[in-house]
Amino acid sequence: MSEAVLENGAEAPGKQGLVDDWSRDKQVFGLPWGKAMMWIFLLSDTFIFSCFLVGYMMVRISTTDPWPNPSEVFALDAFGYPVPLLLIALMTFILITSSGTMALAVNMGYRKNRKATFWLMVATAVLGASFVGMQAFEWSKLISEGVRPWGNPFGAAQFGSSFFMITGFHGLHVSAGVIYLLVIAFRVRNGFYERRGGNYEIVEVTGLYWHFVDLVWVFIFAFFYLW
Amino acid sequence: MSYVAIADRDHEQEHHDPQTFITKYVYSQDHKVIALQYGGTAILVGLIALGLSAMMRLQLGFPDEFSFINPENYYQFITMHGMIMVIYLLTALFLGGFGNYLIPLMIGSRDMVFPFLNMLSYWVYLLSVIILIISFFVPGGSTGAGWTLYPPQAIMQGTPGIDMGIILMLVSLAVFIVAFTMGGLNYVTTVLQARCKGMTLMRMPLSVWGIFIATILGLLAFPALLVSAIMMIFDKTLLTSFFMPAISSMGTDPGYTGGSPILFQHLFWFFGHPEVYIVALPAFGIVSDLLSTHARKNIFGYRMMVWAIIAIGGLSFVVWAHHMYVSGMNPYFGFFFATTTLIIAVPTAIKVYNWVLTLWEGNIHLRTPMLFSIGFIFTFIHGGLTGLFLGNVTIDLPLSDTYFVVAHFHMVMGVSPILVVFGAIYHWWPKITGKMYNETLGKWHFWMTFLGTYAIYLPMHYLGFAGVPRRYFAMGNTEFLPDSAQDLNAAITISALFVAATQLLFFINMIWSLTRGPKSDPNPWDATTLEWQTPDHPPKHGNWGHELPEVHRWAYDYSVPGYEDDFIPQNVPSDVAPAGRDHGGEH
Repeated sequence: MSEAVLENGAEAPGKQGLVDDWSRDKQVFGLPWGKAMMWIFLLSDTFIFSCFLVGYMMVRISTTDPWPNPSEVFALDAFGYPVPLLLIALMTFILITSSGTMALAVNMGYRKNRKATFWLMVATAVLGASFVGMQAFEWSKLISEGVRPWGNPFGAAQFGSSFFMITGFHGLHVSAGVIYLLVIAFRVRNGFYERRGGNYEIVEVTGLYWHFVDLVWVFIFAFFYLW
Repeated sequence: MSYVAIADRDHEQEHHDPQTFITKYVYSQDHKVIALQYGGTAILVGLIALGLSAMMRLQLGFPDEFSFINPENYYQFITMHGMIMVIYLLTALFLGGFGNYLIPLMIGSRDMVFPFLNMLSYWVYLLSVIILIISFFVPGGSTGAGWTLYPPQAIMQGTPGIDMGIILMLVSLAVFIVAFTMGGLNYVTTVLQARCKGMTLMRMPLSVWGIFIATILGLLAFPALLVSAIMMIFDKTLLTSFFMPAISSMGTDPGYTGGSPILFQHLFWFFGHPEVYIVALPAFGIVSDLLSTHARKNIFGYRMMVWAIIAIGGLSFVVWAHHMYVSGMNPYFGFFFATTTLIIAVPTAIKVYNWVLTLWEGNIHLRTPMLFSIGFIFTFIHGGLTGLFLGNVTIDLPLSDTYFVVAHFHMVMGVSPILVVFGAIYHWWPKITGKMYNETLGKWHFWMTFLGTYAIYLPMHYLGFAGVPRRYFAMGNTEFLPDSAQDLNAAITISALFVAATQLLFFINMIWSLTRGPKSDPNPWDATTLEWQTPDHPPKHGNWGHELPEVHRWAYDYSVPGYEDDFIPQNVPSDVAPAGRDHGGEH
């Protein structure tokens, strides 16, 4: 039965479709191997970030010192007034925008428009790099104000510890993503995938990773800066 | 036998036919070579851990006799013994070793889906082992914090190895997790996406099921260990206070404020409990196949066995705090975790019943792999039953941190998986090497190991009930303990040294087999699963020659009435041989 479903290309809807997928021979998901593996990796990575965030929440709840007020600590002076979360808002905007350019790149990849795919991926990488750059600026500003992993002048020591650890780990993900994007982008441009049958699934796999990093940032933003 | 063309598959599977010795045996991308590298490294490092346990037993059995064992060394031996055995031996051997070897062969694939990543996985694992070994030789020695590495003591004055030892331990764990992730992604994706024609999930041998679910557990549980390792490295090197409360050390203030040691315990056991099943589930799967093959009978309740593996895997994520009853918790949480822990006994008991019912009225061949499998049923039942004691809060509190606990987890996740490891090595040895081992030596190895481990661990239960605490360097003049406790300890030590020495038989057997053992048949056990049906024996690079196999039946068509042989391989078409019980595909 499941094989018949496969041959005529149509998939049964709902629960029966799910059962058919999982009882198929050869493969469960109609995905290339790389994409399936990326999804599984992201599931595992989700657990890493969840553990980081849960750990952060736990130390924040259990510490006896007062937690610094994020609106004040993360404020930036603009036009003579401290504007809360100005830099973070900008960074978040940039990262979300990069997800948009990434989605366009995936689309262009499937249309086999190599040039547009290349430039959209480069744009995504540039936006990602500027995110990392602004994060470096934020770090140096906080460090100059005396925030250290082992303590800070604003309150609980765990503020600095969690901040540097979690944003640092996320920043490493973004940096790795930028390198990954550039490698794939240049391979797209010099026809590497053209020689391999013109399959541009890899752009979407890269995109999955990039959107994931983006999504994680939304959670860090919500739990760290807005709480 | 019928085969199907592989044109639709080969474009995705990268082929690198190895040319030189280096690419063939050292930097090999062949899953079989990687499996042997993983297995060999794991067994070597396991021998170190075995040596460490002998040192511990010498001190416990004959205190004050050996001047080279002081309390610091003793704690280092305990810690490294536990850590190596659980992670660097058992996890690496079952998933990196057996997983690598068996998955592609059993599901009819040419290799793992990403062979290069698979190779990288081994070399990163080797790096983690090297870092671990280096930690023995740095100033201050390896860490002596116990394998659970609980803070604050893991990084406080008074614990051995707080300088470089603990840092190298944590770095080594983080590197191991990277290695495992690369391998684990491969195993899961291979099982999900690269099976041969006709191999539905519900026709897979239980070995593959066990390894598959264990790998998923690993991919979801190791992140917690990675995070706790990173946090503790920061607590140690940057003086952050994730786990370290405000505390004074030797009269000075190390500068920690308000961290939560309990957070570490939660993170550690969120990894640590699934880890038990990362080791146990592959053993469950492999032992099912061994029992069925050597009893010439289909596995009893195949579907139930699969769902039990899945249920155990799922439940293992909601029981972790039963390791923390004595840390103190809200009584409702204790109730919750005790309940979930006892619920795990249900699918586990189903598996045990099914193993026993598989043997019932079977045509049992007591060859060495079968002996080890039956031995596993015994040790696993014993270890499992004491688990029910310890899963209850009220019974756990007095027994916690006694030798009862040591006996329990050594029976259930030490001896039991190791018996399966030996059974599996004897079972697949002819396939891996093409040579037979010596059956008599194998049987001696089994009986001495099996009875010897009982001589070690049964008395430990009594010691635990008497109140002997675990992890103590010496008992001193403890009044509530009778003098005979020390006699028992001496007896345990003698048994332990005996069992350790017995393992020589295994290595002698293997060396004998490699050098002058007789050539084996391609399928010496008359087994049904695909790895015994390879065109070459032992299988060559690419496993299947020109055409991939096609599967027509489940993995357990033994003693099907009306067929000349008492087994029907999975790739025999249903018009040639009657279908026994066919699972999967038909609804």
